Amino acid sequence: MAGIPHDHYEPKTGGERWLHRRLPVLGLVYDTIMIPTPKNLNWMWIWGIVLAFCLALQIGTGVVLVMHYSPDTDLAFASVEHIMRDVNGGFMLRYMHANGASLFFVAVYMHIFRGLYYGSYKEPREVTWIIGILMYLLMMGTAFMGYVLPWGQMSFWGATVITGLFGAIPFVGETLQTWLLGGPAVDNYTLTRFFSLHYLMPMVLAGLTLVHIWAFHTTGNNNPTGVEVRRDSKDIAKRDTLPFWPYFVIKDLFALVVILAVFFAVVGFMPNYLGHPDNYIEANPLATPAHIVPEWYFLPFYAILRAFTGDVWVVMGASWITGGIIDAKFFGVLAMFGAIAVMALVPWLDTSRVRSGRYRPLFRWFFALLIVDFMLLMWCGAMPAEEPYASISLVAAAYWFAYFLVILPLLGVLERPVAAPATIEDDFNAHYAPHTGGTQTLVKPAE
Amino acid sequence: MLKQFATAALLGLGAAGGIAGAASAAGEESHTVDVDFSFEGPFGVYDQHQLQRGLQIYTEVCSACHGLRYVPYRTLSDEHGIGWTDDMVRAYAAQYEVFDPELDDYRTAIPTDHFGESSLSNAPDLSLMAKSRAGFHGPYGLGINQFFKGIGGPEHTYSILTGYTGETREQAGTVLYENHAFDSGWIAMPPPLTDGQVEFADGHDNSVESMSKDVSAFLMWAAEPKMMARKRAGFAGVLMLSVLAVLLYLTNKRIWKPIKHRHAAEHRES
Repeated sequence: MAGIPHDHYEPKTGGERWLHRRLPVLGLVYDTIMIPTPKNLNWMWIWGIVLAFCLALQIGTGVVLVMHYSPDTDLAFASVEHIMRDVNGGFMLRYMHANGASLFFVAVYMHIFRGLYYGSYKEPREVTWIIGILMYLLMMGTAFMGYVLPWGQMSFWGATVITGLFGAIPFVGETLQTWLLGGPAVDNYTLTRFFSLHYLMPMVLAGLTLVHIWAFHTTGNNNPTGVEVRRDSKDIAKRDTLPFWPYFVIKDLFALVVILAVFFAVVGFMPNYLGHPDNYIEANPLATPAHIVPEWYFLPFYAILRAFTGDVWVVMGASWITGGIIDAKFFGVLAMFGAIAVMALVPWLDTSRVRSGRYRPLFRWFFALLIVDFMLLMWCGAMPAEEPYASISLVAAAYWFAYFLVILPLLGVLERPVAAPATIEDDFNAHYAPHTGGTQTLVKPAE
Repeated sequence: MLKQFATAALLGLGAAGGIAGAASAAGEESHTVDVDFSFEGPFGVYDQHQLQRGLQIYTEVCSACHGLRYVPYRTLSDEHGIGWTDDMVRAYAAQYEVFDPELDDYRTAIPTDHFGESSLSNAPDLSLMAKSRAGFHGPYGLGINQFFKGIGGPEHTYSILTGYTGETREQAGTVLYENHAFDSGWIAMPPPLTDGQVEFADGHDNSVESMSKDVSAFLMWAAEPKMMARKRAGFAGVLMLSVLAVLLYLTNKRIWKPIKHRHAAEHRES
């Protein structure tokens, strides 16, 4: 399966040989679990397992929640209270599901930024990256629709605002919005279709997860040096790698368990910390909440959406050129989706031949700034649409696009990278200094 | 590297929470008084006597206007809540009449029925009041203090009940009462409690402050009747996962040791 030479599955018993001739499923499992993995992977490589766990957690808790939930505007809110009060362990199921979404997004942002720093998107892993971005989009859609289901005030008004974005698209917008909602406004027909899709999309996500794993098992994992595993022979490859089981399975499980301990503390002791109090008020189409705020994981892109108001010269220019077809509202929608599109295109926007950011002295600064920028956008998204937040959002949104569209293409030409180690083995050995007995870790900053 | 990972994970979670907290903080900041409730923090538990007093205050005062539509009478016998016996619950429910669609008539309430709906159209239902208002967003809008104090819902109720200034004004035929804890500063609800209004069987303090505390605690229970079970589950989860984490840490260290040593050994030989 993998391009890295390694030992393949050999059926040993008669039963195994019988099955292997008919369906080589054990071979598939063996090759997947024993895949040669770069032995210098650091702790930023654990988020994939966390994400897989989150998907399983959300599907597992979700399947049980569905047994007690009623997708009907008259019953939805009360059925959630029924889950919280009457269903055995229902309060834990619901709080785990709600906070599980947040853990999912914490993990996906860590995973994405790890990929951006270590150049995991670069040749030959572009397909893995693109599939990953598709999965991220699906996650956002699923989370958004899931948030509508409890039918609280934020559910209703969040759905109204977000579906309104599609209404901003010229010519087809209103038709599209009506089609999405199932009618002229958010109502029962919206709730039932969101419920259906909220159940369908995680299944698609599970399928894409397999493709994502298939893709990176074909190319092999990236690693902190960005240097490829040597593939000359099995023995040479073994100097750079270790089988996934048990070395990385145990390491990842350890990390997962530490993260879950924090997760359980949040679920057990402050389960409404990341939620919005208004969602404990049943949806009321006649009472608009004072501030409609999306969940925290949408805030950076929500800030970009709101940053481009009608008085920004870029927006005015776009409006003038297109004869008013691209107005401020539509420009904001384009910017929001564009902010994710530039991430999807980063394999072709980054011109540097050095893969890992560790050996790119200038890149590291711009990358650090991108992290700060992301946090800043998140903060602005939570603030009301007024000064000074509007101006800060605009500057931060501009940097987001500049990073992908200007800085990355130019850096590849202008930057003088430092030398990367020749092999993964060298990097690994440098970490475990021999003269101290091999357990001393060298300090590696900014990793 | 472990430290970096832990820092990164904490930063991620903290940032996520901080932003969510900031999101709530963007709402109106009303004057919420901090009250020490027995159920705050990871190990806090409901004070059964306080909940019973709160129920009495709700029954004698609040229920005249406000409903508790999501709370069934039978939950009054919950061990970690009010803790009444089944007979007491039956007797309590029997004071009320509910409309039964099957009979198309009113009948005496039984424990499986819910508390009534609000009898005034502008009196909100109180079932989830303690969770639908957030009083705490600190420090610096991060909201981390919720770990120790809760979201501040019962404090908000307490602040409303004790926040009247005594000033009134009339607006479109409605009398509004000045209240610093209310978002707009003027609330339609007249001051509901007066000193000595409710007599407790054990002669407990019945000042407005004390009764406000009791009824706020009761409303927290009404909104989150499973809080004790939730905290226990959380504690058990954290404890077991911590033990598992230590075991996995040691396992991980052990399986990696020969790998890390091998290179050192090879280096010495060469």
